Amino acid sequence: MSVLDPVTLAILKGRLEQIADEMDATLYRSAFNPIIAEAHDACHGLYHAETGATLVQGTTGLPIFVGAMAFAVKAVIDKVAAEGGLDPGDTFIFNDPYDGGTHLNDFRLVRPVFRQGELFCWLASVGHWLDIGGNVPGGFNARATESLQEGVRFPPVKLVAKGRLNEDIVAILAANSRVPQSNYGDLNGQLNALDLGERRLAAALDEYGEKTISAAFDAFMQRAEALMRENIASLPDGLYSFEDYLDNDGVTDEKLTIALDLTIKGDAMTLDFSRSSPPCAGPLNIARSTAIACCYVALKHLFVDVPANAGCLAPIDFVIPDTTLLGVSWPKPVGGYTETILRVIGVVFGALAKIAPEKATAAPFGTINALSLAGYRAGGQRWVMFSFFGGGLGGNPRTDGLNHGNNPISMATIPPVEILEAAYPILFTQWALRPDSAGAGRHRGGLGAIYEIEALSKGGADAFLLGERGRYPPFGVNGGGSAALNVFSWQTEAGDAHPPLASKVADVKIRRGQRVRLETPGGGGWGDPLARDPAIVARDVRLGYITSATAQADYKVVATAEGELDVAATQALRARCAI
Amino acid sequence: MSDRAKTLRSTIVGVDVGGTFTDLFWFDEAERRFATAKAPSNRGDESVGFLQGLKSLGPLAELGSIVHGTTVGTNALLERRGARVGLITTRGFRDVLEMRRRDRPHTWGLWGDFIPIVDRDMRIEVGERVLADGTLREAIQEAEVRAAARSLLAKGAQALAIVFINAYANPANERAAAAAARAVWPNGNIAVSSEVLPEIREFERTSTTAINAYLQPVIGSYLVKLGGALAAETFDGEFHIVQSNGGVMSTAMARRLPVRTALSGPAAGVIAAAAIARAAGYFDVITSDLGGTSFDVSLIADGVSKLSAQTTIDFGFVIRTPMIEITTIGAGGGSIAQVDKGGLLQVGPESAGSRPGPVCYAQGNTRPTLTDANVVLGRINAERPIGGNQTRLDVEAAKAAIAEHVGAPLGLDVMQAAEAIVRVANARMAGAIRLVSIERGHDPSRFAIMPFGGGGALHAGALIDEVGLSCAIVPRFPGITSALGCVIADLRHDQVLTVNLDLAGLDAGALAARMAETGSEAKTVVEAAGVAVDSVEVVYELDMHYLGQTHTVATTLPVTLRDGAVDIDEDVIRTAFEAAYRRDFSRLLVDIPVRIVSLRTAAIGRRPHFDLAALAPGPGLSVDDARRGTRPVWFAGGWREAAIWSRLDLPVGTIVEGPAILEQPDATTVLDPGLSARVDALGNLVVERMKQ
Repeated sequence: MSVLDPVTLAILKGRLEQIADEMDATLYRSAFNPIIAEAHDACHGLYHAETGATLVQGTTGLPIFVGAMAFAVKAVIDKVAAEGGLDPGDTFIFNDPYDGGTHLNDFRLVRPVFRQGELFCWLASVGHWLDIGGNVPGGFNARATESLQEGVRFPPVKLVAKGRLNEDIVAILAANSRVPQSNYGDLNGQLNALDLGERRLAAALDEYGEKTISAAFDAFMQRAEALMRENIASLPDGLYSFEDYLDNDGVTDEKLTIALDLTIKGDAMTLDFSRSSPPCAGPLNIARSTAIACCYVALKHLFVDVPANAGCLAPIDFVIPDTTLLGVSWPKPVGGYTETILRVIGVVFGALAKIAPEKATAAPFGTINALSLAGYRAGGQRWVMFSFFGGGLGGNPRTDGLNHGNNPISMATIPPVEILEAAYPILFTQWALRPDSAGAGRHRGGLGAIYEIEALSKGGADAFLLGERGRYPPFGVNGGGSAALNVFSWQTEAGDAHPPLASKVADVKIRRGQRVRLETPGGGGWGDPLARDPAIVARDVRLGYITSATAQADYKVVATAEGELDVAATQALRARCAI
Repeated sequence: MSDRAKTLRSTIVGVDVGGTFTDLFWFDEAERRFATAKAPSNRGDESVGFLQGLKSLGPLAELGSIVHGTTVGTNALLERRGARVGLITTRGFRDVLEMRRRDRPHTWGLWGDFIPIVDRDMRIEVGERVLADGTLREAIQEAEVRAAARSLLAKGAQALAIVFINAYANPANERAAAAAARAVWPNGNIAVSSEVLPEIREFERTSTTAINAYLQPVIGSYLVKLGGALAAETFDGEFHIVQSNGGVMSTAMARRLPVRTALSGPAAGVIAAAAIARAAGYFDVITSDLGGTSFDVSLIADGVSKLSAQTTIDFGFVIRTPMIEITTIGAGGGSIAQVDKGGLLQVGPESAGSRPGPVCYAQGNTRPTLTDANVVLGRINAERPIGGNQTRLDVEAAKAAIAEHVGAPLGLDVMQAAEAIVRVANARMAGAIRLVSIERGHDPSRFAIMPFGGGGALHAGALIDEVGLSCAIVPRFPGITSALGCVIADLRHDQVLTVNLDLAGLDAGALAARMAETGSEAKTVVEAAGVAVDSVEVVYELDMHYLGQTHTVATTLPVTLRDGAVDIDEDVIRTAFEAAYRRDFSRLLVDIPVRIVSLRTAAIGRRPHFDLAALAPGPGLSVDDARRGTRPVWFAGGWREAAIWSRLDLPVGTIVEGPAILEQPDATTVLDPGLSARVDALGNLVVERMKQ
């Protein structure tokens, strides 16, 4: 291996990241379903020939996939090692979450890159397809008790062999989805992205040579590892524990514990999840690869300067026993993985916040709220509207939390109301910030949102929700308060109804003209609410971010509903409270 | 316009107000004479430099017309100095502007907040609703709208935005609400979404409409003030503004749609670059502008600059209106070079800007910049700096900073470190060029690079090799390119309309009628601007996709408006769509219905041809007179004695071989060893690789 000069390295870093970014952009533009096209639930990168380790990742891909893709490529490497038969022009496809992480909707395409007859590295593409069978349109089956109820599982199989597309597999895919055209469009988009990545990488290899680019890959990993070790070493040695909870698994109404014992020793870190709940009956389990991927996401949010490749995981030891819900295998259901990983990320934040609360960020809203509405159009065609929704981010040392942000696992944007209304027989009656949803604090959390949707088609609609935070709110830090709970309701002839299992429900029928309503949590607060400038509290009342009742209860500030601060009454109230 | 002004029509001035200088280009079309002028820009009041520069060119009363590239709108947006805006919107939706598209500022790290330009208590909901298919579900109550408008006025609103959900599909409620609000609103600053942007996607439409309202009083008062000052100088010619789409519009239109001026100045530069390249015989060009903090690139293919539909000024601050597609990266002369924690050399995006500026400006910055590296390497003449206010540059201070911050951490000596800074900066610029060319399916070997502004020509030669471009064309006067663009730019008016039609079984007659209507409207706007044009051309584009996709492919139609009518059929549209889709994605999709989402109409008033020969070097120049001796310049690992040339004194046809430096008052061109430069008939420098 040649040693690269730092200048060439700096140049190659940008050049190779650009390839992955361009693959992302190609898929976003040509994908069919809005989860990829608008919400960017996809990812691309370059992976190590022998280990599958992430070498280079795009800067725009979905954060959770950044950690998970290495496992997906490794699954293909293992298959090839066992069975042989890898040729230039091959492309594998699969969605097995136990090998590749995440859930059945995420289809991975993995393609080898050969140079002079030798495997040089892998290119991979992953994207969230709208529907792949199972009991619930869109796949988020809150009541699933085994994988088979969540959809069809594909092990790694050759979609393309020596450049020739296997139409049989395309036909099998089409026969197992409620929306075959959408999946077909996404599949083509992913192939477009791989084609393009292959061309771009070949050009870079022609220009710099295999040796130089290999050396750059090695150097990127070493640098990421060195930076991560430096970051860990800057933290005091010790054991930091944190626990948070999931409402239930969608089947049994019992809380689930996610417990982390985080040890810092020198420049190494151990993340031990042994005290977490055992595997659950419902779909809130995750595979070990998913658990590792989301720890990676949490650490990247805290140590933003560490590059996105496998090197940064080298100093970290994971203890994720298969006796916990974080290390399950087939056929345990995993469709609700999105909720569990948010809680895993949260406990990493929570444990590290104990080291220096004044520098920590409070919890974000912490639920995906996968909501599907489905029904039949006047012509008898099936429609499925699937989306996930926003909430507030946590207060932090610099500012209040962001209103209506996205979750740490993604950069997903939400499809516009007008796009959804044009595509599906529904009508939004409200799309608004949710007052009083944020945790109080010197820097309060960002606000969650209210979404209210009316069914327009004659047969009404069926609603399915897989959400969380219905019973355990996002936490504050450094003396900040926790945020509001997630609330889901729907109209019935007998008045508003709520899910018996808090934020999870399936097969709710609403008639034409009736509505479902989702109210999402804000972020937790940072710092003592009484340290917030009363004038800013009064402004929050004027702008309707909080009510005057909350100003009084949480901040001990007296303001009129119009946001006029009553200085004397505030002083009096604070004096009374101080006693 | 008076008869006297008409007879003097042949004089036109382009005025480009930049961050540091206001550049002017004066041209007499009849006598083919030109002059340039420069005045310091006055941040906060652009009109000062504008008038000072104009007056230096002679009496204003003798001018035929003035075309202005302005950054008043851009700066008001960047510095958040717009008007206090009130918003009236559909019940249930007042937070659309603040909720954005549920994004966050950074992929990694959960910090950062967002303050909308319209406060929440300045956004009032009224009862009304239109469905996605245009059906009116609930009509507005005029009294409720009037009450909302009065309430916003009472809270200090200076401008009003009206945005209703699905107004793109049926503007009736918005129009009725606008009429009701006008009855009580004390000024003309009312922006209505179906007039500003009748296109699907409520956040983008709300943001664009609100920003328009935010700018209306700012641009309005600026133009009134300028107009008054011009009148006081007895100027009575035409006064026009360059839009972000590179076309010129009347000041009346600029006051109504100020959101279209957001990229006015840079767009003018690209227009001029395209014209210069065409005249020199190059139709595929990538323009580049290296400023203090950023490197802007734009692609011109087949002589036409590419427009993008949308741009983001800042997090959550979105403008959707056709703009010349300019890709910006944070790499400029002031970009700071540093070695990161992982040991990698980074140049930018952090910048020392023009104040305090590079270390060599000696204004307090101690961290090395790209300009410092160029000075240390001898590429910039430290005794005669360009573009700043310094008389000489402090080379020793620049060396010390590079040695400390880059050389020591990387184990390089100061010269190697300075060269590394330039190489990494070149690689970043190359990345931006690849982004607009290779990433969009264009083969860079077909393209020439055209640097304009003061700094671009320092790096253009290296970029030829780095990206594999055919050559570089350095315009004769790089520093005044934007001002020249104001004079050259065509008139233009763009309109978009979301139509949502299936291609199969299309009622082509109905679509043709709509196209004829939008085309005639746009043409009328251009004709009403009162500027001499040779012809007005109407161009149509459809945003199309396969049913189910949300992104669209821009499909240019091979038809135009003729005698007030358009001739179109399903097959013509399908053929155009498939060609466009194949170009973007290489494979078509079978058996999936195709949909037409939006109709884009542009009316372009072609200005009389501007003959760039007016700028060419005159007769009587000689190569020997242009020689300025030699100086040592560091290239590729060692000092070389480079020939120094006074660029503007070189006669047509001269060929100069690198290593060489070509100097002129507003730019420096670096010829690396192995490159040669030829002075073409128009005075441009064409830089190419020498044949071995």
